[in-house]
Amino acid sequence: MNGVADTFQRDFIRAIYGIDSEDSALSALTTQPGFKVYRNTVLKACVDALAANYPTIVRLVGEEWFRSAALIHACAEPPESVCLIEYGRGFADFLSMFGPAADLPYLGDVARLDRCWTECHIAADEAALDASMLAELSEVDLLQSALRPRSGVRWHWSPSQAAYSIWQANRTQGALAEELDWSGEGVLLNRIDGHVEWQAASRGMCVFLDACVAGQDLQSATAKAVQAEPELDVARLLGTLINAEAFASPFITTQ
Amino acid sequence: MKATLGAGLGLKPQHFDDALHCTQDEMWFEVHPENYLMAGGPRLAWLDAVRSRHPLSLHGVSLSLAGAAPPDAQHLGRLAGLIRRVEPALVSEHLAWSTLDRRYYPDLLPVPRTSAVLARVADNIQRAQNQLQHRIAIENPSHYLRMDNHDWSETDFLDELVRRSGCGLLVDINNVYVSAHNIGYDARTYLDNLPAEAILEIHLAGHSIDAGEDSETGLLIDSHDAPVNDAVWTLYRHLIERIGERPTLIERDDKIPDFAELMAERDRAQELLSTQGALK
Repeated sequence: MNGVADTFQRDFIRAIYGIDSEDSALSALTTQPGFKVYRNTVLKACVDALAANYPTIVRLVGEEWFRSAALIHACAEPPESVCLIEYGRGFADFLSMFGPAADLPYLGDVARLDRCWTECHIAADEAALDASMLAELSEVDLLQSALRPRSGVRWHWSPSQAAYSIWQANRTQGALAEELDWSGEGVLLNRIDGHVEWQAASRGMCVFLDACVAGQDLQSATAKAVQAEPELDVARLLGTLINAEAFASPFITTQ
Repeated sequence: MKATLGAGLGLKPQHFDDALHCTQDEMWFEVHPENYLMAGGPRLAWLDAVRSRHPLSLHGVSLSLAGAAPPDAQHLGRLAGLIRRVEPALVSEHLAWSTLDRRYYPDLLPVPRTSAVLARVADNIQRAQNQLQHRIAIENPSHYLRMDNHDWSETDFLDELVRRSGCGLLVDINNVYVSAHNIGYDARTYLDNLPAEAILEIHLAGHSIDAGEDSETGLLIDSHDAPVNDAVWTLYRHLIERIGERPTLIERDDKIPDFAELMAERDRAQELLSTQGALK
């Protein structure tokens, strides 16, 4: 490893982010008009990637506001992955804490749904559970089975935001309902035949899927779901999830 | 599918159907592998479909072969998986760096051509070639800065990289033209000094003048947002008259026109290649 080159590269990156170097050799570069080509390219690529990955936020706040906010995030958190479709994992948290977005408290949760969409879009291809396999099990075996959500499935519960309604209306460029429910909304996203589809999810469904992904069996996952949502119809929940191809095959029997 | 590669195009999502149905002889497509390193999903299915009709070239932008650290093992692993999947005709990368301390700075950043850097780049290329089980063609960069810490000329540096690592070269003629203008050297002499037998691929692209600058004094930017410039076509003809036919790519990454317009540029390159081939 060459220490001189390491220092050069570290100083070069610092200069891109506006931190001056005391090294005169580097100053000889950063004062040339060509230096800004690198600075602009790096920062523009990061902001462009965030805009591509968070289209609903761009639509909600407008291009100019988005790019200003994204630039602040891009300077604080350069990409970790060379695959820029994966960039912006922390962007929703950033928006939730971002002072100028205080008037838009749903922004972070809406960004989480854009992130869910991307994660579904790029997830591994995986066959869905064949429901007839479940039908062959005794009730005891069924309750001791752990259902695993497919790679291309995501869900999110927003406890105090109408995030799903806002996200859906803006993502599809459709109309927003006149009355929004601010008592909590959830969504289930699922890639089927190459397309990411979505539907509303209840609190119980989200808790159930959280338990499934943690490896819990059907008995304990449904118990948690009912605890979170006492009026939950468990049979109907399972039917909905199986129809939505939410589970991977094969499932695991825990005993 | 013909075994020889003629002139090809960068593959753009908006041209998917056109690419799929294109039947030109010796046609091929190039993609940035970074856009296809995901675990699954429609993008990969799309690439598979195009690959079933045409040869592909994987042109990486992020291996950071001139980086302070060796190429990232996880990245190489994913890239090796994509190579097994699409069996590309060509794999290429850049003489540049773009990662540092596990962060990615999405650009092709400049390299001081010292002997120590040469040794490191050669080592990184060898590591990558071994893991990918594929020869890599290294592309000459676009220059925007005058750096006074070079010990090697760029053509000698590339020639020595070929000797040490067994890599090939990808000659981007637009980069040569842009750099010759920006930092002041002779583009023809540069092309004449490259080792012909190592050249595996040629890139042709358009460039633009830096905003607010005039064309005499301002920087040229390798923007890939315009048709190939006439001066670049002239340099291309000059190079292939010396080295013979090589797979040639029309690169366009911004202000992307209709497929037919790109195909017209591609056909112009193909015609030059065919004429050159007839002379050999």
